Amino acid sequence: MKKLSARRRHPLAAVVVLLFALAVTGGLYAAFAPADTAKADDSAQSLAIEEGKKLYSVGCASCHGTGGQGTTDGPSLVGVGAAAVDFQVATGRMPLQQQGAQAPRKKAIYNQAEIDQLAAYVASLGAGPAVPNKDQYSPDGADIAKGGELFRTNCAQCHNFTGKGGALSNGKYAPSLEDVNPKHIYEAMQTGPQNMPSFPDTTMSEKNKKDIIAYLDTVNTSKSETPGGLELGGLGPVSEGLFAWVFGLGAMVVLAIWVAARTAKAKKS
Amino acid sequence: MSSQDIPEENLPHVQGDTHSSDVTKPAGDPFADPGLPPHEHRKQDIDERAASRSERMVALLFLVSMVATVGFIASYVSIPVDKIVYVFPIGHVSALNFALGLTLGVALFCIGAGAVHWARTLMSDVEVADERHPIEAAPEVKAKVLADFKQGAEESAFGRRKLIRNTMFGALALVPLSGVVLLRDLGPLPGTKLRKTAWSEGKMLINQNTLQPLRPEDVQVGSLTFAMPEGMKEEDHDFQQEIAKAALMIVRIQPANIKDKKTLDWGTDGILAYSKICTHVGCPISLYEQQTHHVLCPCHQSTFDLSDGGRVIFGPAGHALPQLRIKVNDKGYLEAMGDFAEPVGPAFWERG
Repeated sequence: MKKLSARRRHPLAAVVVLLFALAVTGGLYAAFAPADTAKADDSAQSLAIEEGKKLYSVGCASCHGTGGQGTTDGPSLVGVGAAAVDFQVATGRMPLQQQGAQAPRKKAIYNQAEIDQLAAYVASLGAGPAVPNKDQYSPDGADIAKGGELFRTNCAQCHNFTGKGGALSNGKYAPSLEDVNPKHIYEAMQTGPQNMPSFPDTTMSEKNKKDIIAYLDTVNTSKSETPGGLELGGLGPVSEGLFAWVFGLGAMVVLAIWVAARTAKAKKS
Repeated sequence: MSSQDIPEENLPHVQGDTHSSDVTKPAGDPFADPGLPPHEHRKQDIDERAASRSERMVALLFLVSMVATVGFIASYVSIPVDKIVYVFPIGHVSALNFALGLTLGVALFCIGAGAVHWARTLMSDVEVADERHPIEAAPEVKAKVLADFKQGAEESAFGRRKLIRNTMFGALALVPLSGVVLLRDLGPLPGTKLRKTAWSEGKMLINQNTLQPLRPEDVQVGSLTFAMPEGMKEEDHDFQQEIAKAALMIVRIQPANIKDKKTLDWGTDGILAYSKICTHVGCPISLYEQQTHHVLCPCHQSTFDLSDGGRVIFGPAGHALPQLRIKVNDKGYLEAMGDFAEPVGPAFWERG
């Protein structure tokens, strides 16, 4: 103690004391900080909402209104939830290229981070379905046969029995589901984008949705197996009949011409 | 058309004259039968080397067929049934199906192609004329047939033994009746089957996905749900027949957007239950557009407006889509307040 006391006037004493005080303060802060992590996340969340609001004002507000209240050009976004934003923007449907019957799938113009910020902002306008996590939409371990049954009951009327899509009224159409990200299929069922009706968890359980995704993953990707050979678009008898008439009959005609054609004659000598 | 437009010799009366007179034919008959052109030899007919080339070609085709058949048997034995291979441009196909089809196709095609090539290049190709001959039989043959027939009729005593003749006519006349009786299977008439479905008062609406009764809070605005009547099971022997009439789609529309008062009253809080069977020819329709509240039939594009009593707004359907009257029961589930008020599905003769 005497030693310490003797050095109290050392030129570096003030620095040492300062360092010690800082360490104590830091230690105390670290000890009490865990209680504050939620607050820290909150600020990250509010930061995302802030960023999302900026993106929204530039890219979306002209149709959906400055506060997401909707205008004559676009519906209100209050209560549509983060899942709807993730689906619409990540599949390129929004922002809309032009007003029309259908919002076509195209290349997304926002990256995933920006989409998450937009989703955070729109979710802050009113509660709605959240973006699903991987456990919810991953096709692993789901019942493919049950999924096929559910797909034919609920989805096949518009999207065709193997998800090839089909026509609706006045230029609208149900898009093909080939190679669509399972997350987006889940979000579409959850939120009902554009004219598609929604299939909320209350009438189609999470498990049901997973089964449907597993079915589509089996029959409707570019890697799907078609043991029977050329599937001709999976559209059923129309394309099969057309193929048989054009190529089958065409081959018959060519063979008949070959059988009946005059054979080459030797030159007259 | 005046006769001035037609060359003199082509007019009917002028032609008729020349035919009836049938005097001297013009010197160089323009329609003389030219006969067959002189036969031209093929290369194979005059050049033995070309002929043996053709022979080798035919033999090669038959050999390819043999190899393909061996390939067929080999693929059948060696390729596992669940093996999938990628074949451009067909896609991911079963290796076994692909190999069997390809080898059998080649084997059959090469036999046919070899035979055709053989016939075209090596078999005789000399033109042969077969004169037509009259198809009438010679008079002595005719006379013999008639005499035989007469003798047969006499020997059978058909004209003399009237009992046999009459009973034979009776038997032949009665036989077709068995066919007529079978027409009974076209009946019986459907009675009230076309007017009634499995719905009746107090039957709860069962969600076809979860097989649980539906609560009003389950059905969100903009959603689409399919329901069947309580008490129906998929393993019932008449399930398909019954669901074909009772199939139901449940939608929920903001009450403010429902245009027809009766439609609103027959639902509950904007939850509406409609038949899923098109009133044109009975296709299942559930191509529901949640923003327009229209339902489209994929068969003939009949379009119904669910916010306006299922009214037909486009297409050949003749009747509005029947709506099922529903309410919330005291346990909080949706239930039917009776059967459909009118027959579901396509119109029929006695529908009225």
